[in-house]
Amino acid sequence: MGEFIVTLLTGLSSAAALFLVASGLSIIFGVTRIVNFAHGSFYMLGAYIGVTAVTAVGGGAVGFWVAILLAAVAVGLIGVAMEILLLRRIYRAPELFQLIATFGVILVIQDVTLWIWGSEDLVGPRAPGFTGAVTILGQRLPEYDLVLIAVSPLVLAGLWLLFNRTRWGTLVRAATLDRQMVSALGVNQRWLFTGVLFLGSALAGLGGAIQLPKGGADLLMDFNIIAAAFVVVVVGGMGSIGGAFLAAILIGLLQTFGIQIFPNSTLILMFLVMAVVLIFRPWGLLGKPEIPGHGVVEAPEAPLRPAGRGLRLAGALVLAVLLLLPVAHLAVPAAVDDFLLVLVIDIMIFVLFAAALHFIMGPGGMVSFGHAAFFGGGAYAAALLVKFAEAPMEIAFWAAPAGAALLAILFGWFCVRLTGVYFAMLTLAFAQIAWSIVFQWGEVTGGDDGILGTWPSDWASSRIAYYYMTVGFVVAGLLALRRMLFAPFGYTLRAGRDSPLRAAAIGIDIKRHQWIAFTISGAFAGLAGALFVYSKGSVFPTEMEIARSFDALLMVLLGGVHSLTGPIVGATALTWLNDLFSELSYWRFLLGATIIALVLLLPDGLAGLGDTWLARRLGLAAPASGSGANGQETPA
Amino acid sequence: MKVKYVLTAGVALGVLSGALASSAPALAADEIKIGDINSYTRLPAHTVPYRRGAILAIEEINKAGGVLGKKLVFVSRDDQGKPGEAVKVAEELRSRDKVALVSGSLFSHIGLALASWAKQRKTLYLAAEPLADALVWAKGNNYTFRLRPSTYMQAAMLAAEAAKRKDAKRWATIAPNYAYGKDAVAAFQKVLKKLRPDVTFVGSQWPGLFKIDAGAEVQALAAMKPDAIYNVTFGSDLAKFVREGRTRGLFKGKLIVGLLTGEPEYIDPLKDEAPVGWLVTGYPWQDIDTPAHKKFLAAYQARWNDYPRIGSIVGYNTMLAIQAMLKKAGSTDTDKMVAAMKGLSFDAPTGPITFRAVDHQSTMGAYVGWTVLKDGKGTMERWQYLDGANYLPSVEETKKLRKQ
Amino acid sequence: MTALLEVDRLSKAFGGVRAVQDVSFAVNPGELLALIGPNGAGKTTCFNMLMGQIRPDHGAILLKGRDIAGLPPHRIWRLGVGRTFQITATFSSMTVRENVQMALISHRNAGRRLWRPAAGTETAQADALLDRVGMAEQGDRACSVLAYGDLKRVELAIALANDPDLLLMDEPTAGMAPRERIELMRLADEIVAERKIGVLFTEHDMDVVFAHAHRIMVLNRGELIAEGTPEAVRANEQVREIYLGSSVEAGQA
Repeated sequence: MGEFIVTLLTGLSSAAALFLVASGLSIIFGVTRIVNFAHGSFYMLGAYIGVTAVTAVGGGAVGFWVAILLAAVAVGLIGVAMEILLLRRIYRAPELFQLIATFGVILVIQDVTLWIWGSEDLVGPRAPGFTGAVTILGQRLPEYDLVLIAVSPLVLAGLWLLFNRTRWGTLVRAATLDRQMVSALGVNQRWLFTGVLFLGSALAGLGGAIQLPKGGADLLMDFNIIAAAFVVVVVGGMGSIGGAFLAAILIGLLQTFGIQIFPNSTLILMFLVMAVVLIFRPWGLLGKPEIPGHGVVEAPEAPLRPAGRGLRLAGALVLAVLLLLPVAHLAVPAAVDDFLLVLVIDIMIFVLFAAALHFIMGPGGMVSFGHAAFFGGGAYAAALLVKFAEAPMEIAFWAAPAGAALLAILFGWFCVRLTGVYFAMLTLAFAQIAWSIVFQWGEVTGGDDGILGTWPSDWASSRIAYYYMTVGFVVAGLLALRRMLFAPFGYTLRAGRDSPLRAAAIGIDIKRHQWIAFTISGAFAGLAGALFVYSKGSVFPTEMEIARSFDALLMVLLGGVHSLTGPIVGATALTWLNDLFSELSYWRFLLGATIIALVLLLPDGLAGLGDTWLARRLGLAAPASGSGANGQETPA
Repeated sequence: MKVKYVLTAGVALGVLSGALASSAPALAADEIKIGDINSYTRLPAHTVPYRRGAILAIEEINKAGGVLGKKLVFVSRDDQGKPGEAVKVAEELRSRDKVALVSGSLFSHIGLALASWAKQRKTLYLAAEPLADALVWAKGNNYTFRLRPSTYMQAAMLAAEAAKRKDAKRWATIAPNYAYGKDAVAAFQKVLKKLRPDVTFVGSQWPGLFKIDAGAEVQALAAMKPDAIYNVTFGSDLAKFVREGRTRGLFKGKLIVGLLTGEPEYIDPLKDEAPVGWLVTGYPWQDIDTPAHKKFLAAYQARWNDYPRIGSIVGYNTMLAIQAMLKKAGSTDTDKMVAAMKGLSFDAPTGPITFRAVDHQSTMGAYVGWTVLKDGKGTMERWQYLDGANYLPSVEETKKLRKQ
Repeated sequence: MTALLEVDRLSKAFGGVRAVQDVSFAVNPGELLALIGPNGAGKTTCFNMLMGQIRPDHGAILLKGRDIAGLPPHRIWRLGVGRTFQITATFSSMTVRENVQMALISHRNAGRRLWRPAAGTETAQADALLDRVGMAEQGDRACSVLAYGDLKRVELAIALANDPDLLLMDEPTAGMAPRERIELMRLADEIVAERKIGVLFTEHDMDVVFAHAHRIMVLNRGELIAEGTPEAVRANEQVREIYLGSSVEAGQA
């Protein structure tokens, strides 16, 4: 009995930090509709600033709590800075574009934190007066656990009072329900948003600082918390603080009891919960269905036009350069070295991966946060066939798109029932489940030791042969995807995105169509995975990680989701920048800053650049028509 | 508006030309380049000391005139903690920087990816720190060698010591939920069971790496009522586990064995909360009395104004191994270097080291002892240096493990 | 003559509120039937049930003798029911012609073809339909830049693409200028006469209703309170009471 009670209380206390972080994320999303990936970084900053503040303030019990609050306020102000300097300038950009900006912020914060606090983990200071343990029926429970158990309901109550008893809170609630109406009422949205960013970020900072006596500060905290925070927000229902509270407790308790019964479940449990909740309650426990047209009204996409002469010429030129590169390598190896071919192979693979994701994200309007499941899933399908059947490349290679397609059929069946952020989060949940199966099932997949020895057959094993093979598959893949978008299939897909109401009213079974598109996209991601696994000679669970999914997401968004050239430009730019910067010591800072700069300069994505200035100079784009559309579409 | 685009295009052009300029480095005839890959952004706490140790060795070697009349050049690159990235960087080092060999890496999966790559590209790879047993056994290949004592060796050392404690019969384990953790537990169980058939393993906990829910794990371990606990957690997991376990009284009256727990990387951040009385592997750098180590320690502190971590000594030894190998090979031809690596012996600050010809594993050992608190800091006492050679399987057994 | 659409005791409640209760009526081919009533009378709920957006609690919807209650919208459309919306719903990333082509492609069950470009398919038919609604010249323009009245016409062309037997029009003239209203309804009259389509429409503008409807049904608080020719409905006491004279009188003028 004592064991049970103490385990229960332990679960409740571990829910506390999770709730604080998740409630902040939920508030920010509810009002601004920004999926703030940098929220985990704010949590990390809360911890680091907390350690510094406790040392600086000193002075026993009072000093400790003053320092914790100071850390929260400081992080809140950092959130404000991010809002004013960055987010405020891109609210009008396409939905989810802000996501890349926050991703840039993550990278910058990582390096700044490393630079300020160094690489060694910091152990958190203990809370004066709460360093011991209480004994409950013969079982010991740290006193600080009781503090944490008390904090969540207190914060929840405080937030309730704020939102229900103050004018500001009422406005925030109104904005959560209908942003346009609030601005129609003449409320200054800017300061409302700034205030919300302060509150949300301060809660993340508080979460990071308040867990110090249980842990400390380290450089991996940001990524470690962010997935869990999203799970809590989604399970609770986006924008619902009560839901976040409930979900944090649910997950806290499930984790605590779960690892006693299934010690191996640590990786998968949370995402299983999220998948189950979303399948049965598509808007989370306490969430409400999205009101259509709630978010920013986006400028409509311009109609699809076949490639003009200029663009065909540019495409032919790029292709010619690609085909001639190995020749140049043989002729002048000093200028065109072997590694350039390696780099181009890498770039081409990610171009195909990004284009596959774009297929459902752009024309389909379905944002997947878990596309690495198909990239990595395909790579594993091929590698497993090599490992267990010793299949030659000519056979195993095809297992990748086929395996990825099967996986996409399975995941897609559940996912297409949802829309928007919930769709995205369910793809993330499935990707994580797939990842943890691969990670955990060592006997078959090799766990995180991966599968080695997946090298091409002899005829393709030379660099130049594999280069041509990659270029061939990627170009064919891109043309096929493009062809499908210009075919009735692509039109129907866009129809479902433009107006689900109208699409259904002309006999289109949208969900089924999206399911097919999801499968096609998965298959092409799997094809990219096949090229990847044979170019690296090995595959590891890393290829199915969240980070890999975000790579693709970033490429599509950075390139411009409304353009068919977007994923090509985005993947090329990002892979190349990554390679360029990674030789430098603070490359994350540089990459993050570059991403932020690009976001600010080019809110339509990199392809937006091609569509406007450069394109008009070179006569690539059609002259701006009187249609008033932004000319986002430049088919390649 | 236009200014904006001109600006962007200008930035893009600038970056492009920079990239082209950097792509054609000159290859000096009087240098030997070593391409070193490690997880500098993912786990800087461990890899930065490694790089410092390596650079110190390179500087000393060059000051003494280099090797084969050439200077050693240390080209250090980040793998971002991703195997795919590591392979790409290895390609770049090989074809663009024209390195003679590749060294480094900390994570096992990255080590394995590089080993597979080394075999395919017929390039020598000296794995510095990845601990996976598979690297030299199940997945071993002709081009891959490893310096640091593997998971199996370190676990076997601890198990041999732990077996001497007759009162510890019920064992529980806790290890991060990934290959290293699983291997470390399996090796420990295997060796301990062999030495002490009377022990039972009552349960295992597997927290996610760097995602431990310490309170819950401690509760779960307590519920198993063990006499002894074998801990493989490290880094931030270890800090949380130790704090939670102590507050909840988990460690009281139990024998606790900690793999790597005594390494400065992991015990130092705990400061005065470092565990006391644990049987651990580690690196008691303050107390190692051999002249060779004293010389290393003084040089390291003079060069970096900091004390060495286990990563430092591994980095240092790695470069010493490369120096010895080059001398023996007399060339940077890969086949000759591989031949030289087999059976290579050299003297390191930690003692003599030999690379076994049978599995390419070095005999570098580990320091095993008991944790203690000294001047508000955790360190080791009653420690001894155990030579790795005594904890490796016999040649016959190894041949079976190494399929090829 | 059998009715095109027969609705029998259709009911729907939201929570405790009865939005539509035991509503029964029939639509005949070539007939323009108006469904009117004050705000919140249940017109839209009724419409959405006919089109499959909402599943009725009970009651039958027989289209050409087949019960379609509870079918999803895309299935109902395939049985020959076209629809226009109160707030126009078109595909904003497509041109006017492509919008109509889209409906034609779907009608031919060609929406999953992956290879042949869509641009060349069904062009002639699309242009014919656009010509019918007077939008032939604007075929190449993006739908997102059209005037509202023109969008309504495009919607009509889309709705006619599957050669429907029944057309459901939710407030066809809402948001239009008076002249546009007259033109659009004249167009609807012509098309009904040509194709013998049955049309059920809701409308706020009583001028439009009394000028164009062949029959009128009046819905109040979810119940059908009157049904008949415009003259009969105009004379109905209960209807007069609900509308308190204003609209009806205006219609008399």
